[in-house]
Amino acid sequence: MAILVIAEHDEGALKSGTLNAITAATQIGADVTVLVASDNSAGVAAEAAKVAGVVRVFAADAPHYGKPTAENVAALVLSIAANYSHVLAPATNFGKNFMPRVAARLDVAQISEISAVVSPDTFVRPIYAGNALATVQSKDAIKVITVRATAFEPAATGGSAPVEALAAVADTGQSAVTGRNLTKSARPELAAARIIVSGGRGMGNGENFKLLEALADKLGAAVGASRAAVDAGFVPNDYQVGQTGKVVAPELYVAVGISGAIQHLAGMKDSKVIVAINKDAEAPIFQVADYGLVADLFQAVPELTAELG
Amino acid sequence: MKVLVAVKRVVDYNVKVRVKADGTGVDIANVKMSMNPFDEIGVEEAIRLKECGACTEIVVVSLGAPQCQETLRTALAMGADRAILVETDAELQPLAVAKLLKAVVDREQPKLAILGKQAIDDDANQTGQMLAALLDWPQATFASKLTIAGERAEVVREIDGGLETLSIGLPAVMTTDLRLNEPRYVTLPNIMKAKKKPLEVLKPDALGVDPAPRLTTLKVEEPPKRQAGAKVADVKELVAKLKGEAKII
Repeated sequence: MAILVIAEHDEGALKSGTLNAITAATQIGADVTVLVASDNSAGVAAEAAKVAGVVRVFAADAPHYGKPTAENVAALVLSIAANYSHVLAPATNFGKNFMPRVAARLDVAQISEISAVVSPDTFVRPIYAGNALATVQSKDAIKVITVRATAFEPAATGGSAPVEALAAVADTGQSAVTGRNLTKSARPELAAARIIVSGGRGMGNGENFKLLEALADKLGAAVGASRAAVDAGFVPNDYQVGQTGKVVAPELYVAVGISGAIQHLAGMKDSKVIVAINKDAEAPIFQVADYGLVADLFQAVPELTAELG
Repeated sequence: MKVLVAVKRVVDYNVKVRVKADGTGVDIANVKMSMNPFDEIGVEEAIRLKECGACTEIVVVSLGAPQCQETLRTALAMGADRAILVETDAELQPLAVAKLLKAVVDREQPKLAILGKQAIDDDANQTGQMLAALLDWPQATFASKLTIAGERAEVVREIDGGLETLSIGLPAVMTTDLRLNEPRYVTLPNIMKAKKKPLEVLKPDALGVDPAPRLTTLKVEEPPKRQAGAKVADVKELVAKLKGEAKII
């Protein structure tokens, strides 16, 4: 069995989800190749080569892999996919974008967002916002899989795989990235944060998220939000934790003014320790919280920030 | 231009589903069903394109059991012009749906196909991208803003960490994200009018597609249940617990 993992990176370093996907790959089999598509792959490819369990790194360089489109990444993956029994990528907006294209062109099913490897053809994946876990078996010749990062430990370093150049595929020209507007923040990324402070509709408005930011900065935490808070326009969508946002599992998740809708719980209930601060003692969030504080967040959050100082 | 919107009938987002005791699936008998929320956003976007003159006809398509007609009628009541149901009682997985939709697109020749980014039942997030691949069309997934300019579209997409602007040639496939728009409510007069709008029923055979599933579901289980912890009296106690008991800060 030969397994191909598509690396997600920011043109400087591997994104954390790649390491979790490599772990899933090593649970399927031992022959793991990582593909790095980039405008300038040297640094990222060298980093991937040092990941334990990786036996080969392919580096494909072309200007159109700098801000890659789904069409171009899929075309590159398809140029070598036939040599593999499994193709994996992290289940991030990056992986979700091009992997189904790869699967459709190979005429195989995609197995989305697996949370466990049962055997090389059988996997567990959450459905219905994580309210059920389905064990599915694929008889397709090539298994195209996206990996839920929080379900697998990140692969360690300690490898020394050779890096080989892979020929780029010509730009399909079907679409082009004309701009990017990334949220600039000194705080850690949601997907990789050890602690997350999240706000919900109870925050009242976007301005009030400053209370959470102050607390987050004390804790070295990332700031997240519920769908309700995103819906209400308090914060950008990339803050969203939940079924249709990001799935996170930090050491500590502090839910502030979040009632605990099914859709939100789907994105954070695997966190190690959950703290809920809500003035409604009946809020469903308290059913999953390790520590619940029934209080007015506008008093409790500043008090907590001060107490940690 | 003609716009095609795919809509899926799913368990309503407010329903907490229960896993069947025999582990074969989830119990959806007598459960409220609704249009997948992201598909509703797709229908709304098409209607807005029509209202600003960029779109001339909206065709909505659903696939599955006869009851999907209700979902299509909702889309017609929102403002779609005509509906197609690809009717089958068989289990449809994303690849099969994409193949059936491709057959409908080949027939209808829309300039833009809009799908929800993900259905809230199987959470697969695949069909739009698969349809684009099968048609060899460009795609713009997770859209939060759409602007049509002649033979091209500019789409702002939600990506991890922010937003990306994509310029794509038409025809294309777009999948919707949450912030694209807020779907309108249907009014009673429009529900009445929708009953008279055309709804065509097709069978997968007629489209020349084999919709057989590729994945076999071996079992469906409840996830491990998380136990509720304790309430703390005040912030001081919370900090003490996090430091002493959880040893996390």
